[in-house]
Amino acid sequence: MQPVIIMRGVKLLADERILLSHGAGGLKTQRLIREVFQKNLGNAYLQQELDSALIKFSSHKIAFTTDSYVVSPIFFPGGDIGKLSVCGTVNDLAVMGAKPLYLTLGLIIEEGLPVEELDKLMFSLGNTAREAGVQIVAGDTKVVEHGACDKIFINTSGIGIVPPNLDLRPQKMVPGDKIIVSGPVGNHGIAILAARESLDFSPPLASDCTYLNYLIDGVLNTGASIKCMRDPTRGGLATTLNELAQQANLGIKLHEEALPVQPQVKGACSMLGLDPLYLANEGKVIIVVANKDARQVLEEIRKYDIGKNASIIGEVTDAHCSKVVMETELGTLRVLRMLEGDPLPRIC
Amino acid sequence: MLKLKLNKITVKKLLKGINNESHIRIMEVCGTHTMAIAKAGIKQLLPANIELISGPGCPVCVTAQEDIERILILAKKREVIITTFGDMLRVPGSTGSLQEMQAQGADVRIVYSPLDAVNLARNNPEKEIVFLAVGFETTTPTVAFALEDAHKTGVDNFSIVCMHKLVIPALKALLSDQETEIHGFLLPGHVSTIIGTIPYEFIPREYQRACVVSGFEPGDILESILFISRQLENADYKVENQYKRGVKTEGNKIALEIMDKYFTPFNSLWRGMGEIKDSGLRLRPEYVQYDAIFKFGLQDTLVQLAPSGCICGNILKGILKPEECALFSKMCTPAFPVGPCMVSSEGACAASYYYAGGEVIGR
Amino acid sequence: MCVAVPAKVLKVEEPWAEVDLEGTTFKINMMLTPEVKVGDYVLIHAGFSIQHLSPDEAKDTLQLWEEYYAQIETK
Repeated sequence: MQPVIIMRGVKLLADERILLSHGAGGLKTQRLIREVFQKNLGNAYLQQELDSALIKFSSHKIAFTTDSYVVSPIFFPGGDIGKLSVCGTVNDLAVMGAKPLYLTLGLIIEEGLPVEELDKLMFSLGNTAREAGVQIVAGDTKVVEHGACDKIFINTSGIGIVPPNLDLRPQKMVPGDKIIVSGPVGNHGIAILAARESLDFSPPLASDCTYLNYLIDGVLNTGASIKCMRDPTRGGLATTLNELAQQANLGIKLHEEALPVQPQVKGACSMLGLDPLYLANEGKVIIVVANKDARQVLEEIRKYDIGKNASIIGEVTDAHCSKVVMETELGTLRVLRMLEGDPLPRIC
Repeated sequence: MLKLKLNKITVKKLLKGINNESHIRIMEVCGTHTMAIAKAGIKQLLPANIELISGPGCPVCVTAQEDIERILILAKKREVIITTFGDMLRVPGSTGSLQEMQAQGADVRIVYSPLDAVNLARNNPEKEIVFLAVGFETTTPTVAFALEDAHKTGVDNFSIVCMHKLVIPALKALLSDQETEIHGFLLPGHVSTIIGTIPYEFIPREYQRACVVSGFEPGDILESILFISRQLENADYKVENQYKRGVKTEGNKIALEIMDKYFTPFNSLWRGMGEIKDSGLRLRPEYVQYDAIFKFGLQDTLVQLAPSGCICGNILKGILKPEECALFSKMCTPAFPVGPCMVSSEGACAASYYYAGGEVIGR
Repeated sequence: MCVAVPAKVLKVEEPWAEVDLEGTTFKINMMLTPEVKVGDYVLIHAGFSIQHLSPDEAKDTLQLWEEYYAQIETK
């Protein structure tokens, strides 16, 4: 006797378990943060939902942040989980205007990981930290049973000092401000997907994983009127701009022809039915700057190798508040929604 | 060179050629056209008298609930690895979606090509690899080749849940349904690379509708709409091939042959449209060892659908629009989809949800 | 219903062809289009090339858009 199944036709069961899509950076992540974390842990710092918390210690403003890294595979074209764990946290500090100084390092290692691989990762991590000008000052290591984690999970927390007069927040954005992205988007997301699914692109698609603190320092030193900065990681450029638009309660208008995407990323994405605007970046910064200073900031960013393809991609507007709208190459308008789940390759 | 870029000026010129002022309803049959139209904001460029309606060419959207439930049963089996295109991962079933089953420990893997599923079977002899064979005629030949690969190399721990469907029977069903008033069809360019243009000829001949086989660039779609508009203006109904660079009149003979070798048509159930004669494919009896439903004894799975307010059926037939559904963007969103038109990113509802709004946003 | 993209064939090692995705390449199965040669353009879907693309037809279409439709405005 075959089972008779009654279909529940109403709204699908609200997530009773944590799903991978809760970590994708889009709406599900947002809901999780608000309904579980903010609810239980909430305080003024967390409620700001910034990349780093800004804490006043006597006369100094300290930026303090944390991030965990669980990427698989742990070695990928363009980097590895070690390099990523330094760059990600350094960037979270740098976009707040902080000079990144010290990192802590927490490792959860799966029993059975070859020491040689761990050594390679720490070599990469150490090198990246030195290049970025930060020091790992405290650490912890735990080893768990085989199967309890996927090879290695890394947590880094970081602190940096913010110059006293610097105040970067989405709430400082005004209509007319320009939006700059420091380079082509989607590289990290497609590189990880290809590596994980063994899609052998040749040459392999490489992550853009890098530290942005020197570039950002250069931008801030121009004296330009910077309103805020973000690094568009999980969820991609579109998701991060949606967050900015919502937090500022203003609209953002993008111009499709100005969006930088590498041809090979475009090609791979179109083959897999993916949109580069929703794929993660680990070496890019979005800068919102007053219109009058936009050109100057663009020129400064382009001086850096990692910023040579920077582009002014759009502007802040008082139309369609909290929404991101893109003007296509044909002159039509398209709403860019926030990512809902995680980007999946499509055939249909 | 093979991506044909259209600039704003050429768009204006192309649109000027659309002189027809009567109210024209054009159905884009293929989900990829729905996406392309939504992404490019084509509806914003067209004169108000031209209406574009999405059709049933979304394989995920029209997959019967019975098939979804069977897949979920298979996913729960410890010895089974489900291999699938990404599109199927979030389709809701009574116990969740495949993605949710993954969270509960089911082994579900996304593959880019059906051949990857056969390779997985080869490398995991102790497991049963089940591939979710969904798609229209563009995809079916690739699955047929995967079966050929399994067959020729003796891979017997590989099977498919065969949900392939055919476009022509669906078009016949649509046209004989009095409720759907469609003047012209934007025909699926990629399906046509396989089946050619001749199978569509019954449409102008028996039903006097305009037909254009269209490519997927915004320029292709606009030009195809122009061709349809002209056909209607001159009452000159025919099957025109706008996608000449990709579609040959005779299609792809090798693809048609291998499809025929492994599959045979049968009356299949289309979600929202009911049973359509000869509209689905199933494995020929001599290849039944590759049919996962038979292999695992799930032929008699029954499903009763509780009413939910979902009107995907009417949306697939082009009778109603996503915005006319009471659940659209309130109870039914891509994060919490009620019906399949919202789950598949090329479903009419998902396309409308993600990309629309451009029409109402002022400059 | 079908995500398929054009790509140029760079190398053929039957039944695989290496195709150009503008800066990177990918191996696809060419058994559905066995007569494919280096330099040909194909449409790729689900790891296969499903049809030849004709650059001449592509050129004609583009020319049509740029030249023929230009006449419509001046009429």
